[in-house]
Amino acid sequence: MPIIKVENLSKIFGRKPQEAIGLLEEGYSKEDILEKTGNTVGVNRATFDVEEGEVFVIMGLSGSGKSTLVRLLNRLIEPTEGSVLIDDQDLATMDKEGLRKVRREKMSMVFQNFGLFPYRTVLENTVYGLEIQGMDKEKSKEKAIQALELVGLGGYIEQYPSQLSGGMQQRVGLARALANDPEVLLMDEAFSALDPLIRKGMQDELLDLQERMQKTIIFITHDLDEALRIGDRIALMKDGSIVQIGTPEEILVNPANDYVEKFVEDVDRSKVLTAENIMKRPETVSIEKHGPRVALERMREEGLSSIYVTDKQRNLKGYVTADDASDARKNDVKDLSQILKNDVPTVNLDTSMTEIFDIIQDTAVPVAVVEDGKLRGVIVRGAVIAALAGSEVNIDVG
Amino acid sequence: MLDNIPTLPVAEIVDTITDWIEETFSFIFDPIKDDFGPFLDDLSGDYLAAIPPWIVILIVAVLAFFVSGKKFGLAIFSIIGLWFIQNQGQWEQLMYTFVLVIAASIIAIIIGVPIGILMSKSKTLQSILTPILDFMQTMPAFVYLIPTVAFFSIGMPPGVFAALIFATPPTIRLTNLGIRQVPNELIEASEAFGSTPMQKLIKVELPMAKKTIMAGINQTVMLTLSMVVIASMIGAPGLGREVMRALQRADVGSGFVAGIGIVILAIIIDRFTQYLNKQKGE
Ligand SMILES: Nc1ncnc2c1ncn2[C@@H]1O[C@H](COP(=O)(O)OP(=O)(O)O)[C@@H](O)[C@H]1O
Ligand SMILES: [Mg+2]
Repeated sequence: MPIIKVENLSKIFGRKPQEAIGLLEEGYSKEDILEKTGNTVGVNRATFDVEEGEVFVIMGLSGSGKSTLVRLLNRLIEPTEGSVLIDDQDLATMDKEGLRKVRREKMSMVFQNFGLFPYRTVLENTVYGLEIQGMDKEKSKEKAIQALELVGLGGYIEQYPSQLSGGMQQRVGLARALANDPEVLLMDEAFSALDPLIRKGMQDELLDLQERMQKTIIFITHDLDEALRIGDRIALMKDGSIVQIGTPEEILVNPANDYVEKFVEDVDRSKVLTAENIMKRPETVSIEKHGPRVALERMREEGLSSIYVTDKQRNLKGYVTADDASDARKNDVKDLSQILKNDVPTVNLDTSMTEIFDIIQDTAVPVAVVEDGKLRGVIVRGAVIAALAGSEVNIDVG
Repeated sequence: MLDNIPTLPVAEIVDTITDWIEETFSFIFDPIKDDFGPFLDDLSGDYLAAIPPWIVILIVAVLAFFVSGKKFGLAIFSIIGLWFIQNQGQWEQLMYTFVLVIAASIIAIIIGVPIGILMSKSKTLQSILTPILDFMQTMPAFVYLIPTVAFFSIGMPPGVFAALIFATPPTIRLTNLGIRQVPNELIEASEAFGSTPMQKLIKVELPMAKKTIMAGINQTVMLTLSMVVIASMIGAPGLGREVMRALQRADVGSGFVAGIGIVILAIIIDRFTQYLNKQKGE
């Protein structure tokens, strides 16, 4: 069940928002509308659902409307049109009191530059969200310390933010957001201000936390690598519109248009693509039906030096080489099982490219992709190299 | 040709308005005249002036020592400066001036900070108030001394009032500025966690703006001090009156002595407020 449902959500900055909305509906671009009306399109009719427990990444270049969109989700920015349903309540039309309740109980936000209060200690910062709810001092302190321990800052509670490194400051930001025990975390470029090494560590930690706490996370980034690493699904934005929503693989393998493709071009594919994306339909012979003669024939047709052998249920039995098959035919052996070889290099559907690359170095036969013992596809060395080089990927799966 | 147009009765109109204000608001002016004025006079002349000067000097020196972070500079300056004033027979005058300055400053803060807060929340209010504040600070003080006397008669109250008009604007301005300068991300953070506007003001905006507001208050206090000579024209007692008297008699020596007294008081008050600001900001 989706925890957040966004429908037709738009934000126009400027004096004549309704006029701009009309033009949007007529199909005018952000640029045209700026020229015609002087209004800036922040977000253009975004529609999407976020599932409970999901890491939903919103990605796009600077100025594409990410920050605006995420602020529409907790109404730090008033929407011009559309609705944001949280647990089936419409945030866009809620009164102030109701809105505060949602902000206090259901969602917290983590900011790009941490948004910490410099005159408050780490503990006082973390307790902020509970303090304003009027929670009992002892109880809120306890909760804040728990949250700080969760992010590994239990020993720093009396320090001031300025005494901490950037990575640690953002942990405080994260702890402050977690202290409320919200359902949804909104993170606007939360790691973008950190240097790359620390950033990776924080990404891992976030995934770790997410696994343990099962929060729904809406994560904004302009960095595709980051999006691919942490996103369960990614929404790509351009000029205020969402141009594609999909899993990391869908985005990489099937870019919806040139814009996405361009975005995706320089990504390090070895990290994201898996066996499933680069395998092709296997040529096989059946252990029950076929003998060495058929096997040899097939190999000759397809120009192979070996072929996989399965049973009727497509369970992988092994492979035979062309040499063995031809010997067997000469010696009048009828049964494939006598020449069957079992040293099959196998991988799973979701084995990463990097691992496949290592395996394929040491083997003469194609790598078999196996699911529950059944042969799903084969990977030849050429496909791995082509995928790493970023050219067309073959995804027809048998 | 221009002579044919009769003189516009501006002066008469202003007079009428002043009279009207005086009568209509006499329920405000009268208690100030009758109670607040004597209170300030008693406070300076009877109570503060009755404390032996050496005790006052000692207290100021000790406070100076601690306020300045246990350094001797300000303490030593206070001792020498205050002793000099006492030595010159200006001690009672100093008490009157001190009370005038403190009373005007406190009222200026009580009025100025809330107005500054309101101003920071409303663009409209800001654009209305800005020219008024400019006007208050640039209009020659002599112009409003006259109606001030009409409202409050002479003595301390009109002095305080004149000082207020001149000295409140910096507190208003810098409170407004300080709140507007709070980084947007911190405002968003406080709102995103569900703060009410009041919680946002007290827990985020005021603490963040504190340094700027304190700088405004410091300016306000200094401007109040600069008004003491002018305020003495409408009967406010104190060091200013000594300067004024010396001026009327072309008595260079006494004028200089009283002037030095004002400077010493100014330096001590200025350093005190600055140190307080620094300490609180840490
Ligand atoms: N307060 C604002 N007033 C006017 N235009 C704005 C405002 N905030 C953002 N915009 C405009 O909206 C667009 C989207 O901005 P933003 O959401 O900050 O993008 P991103 O976070 O993807 O960099 C930009 O064209 C930006 O200039
Ligand atoms: Mg942004």
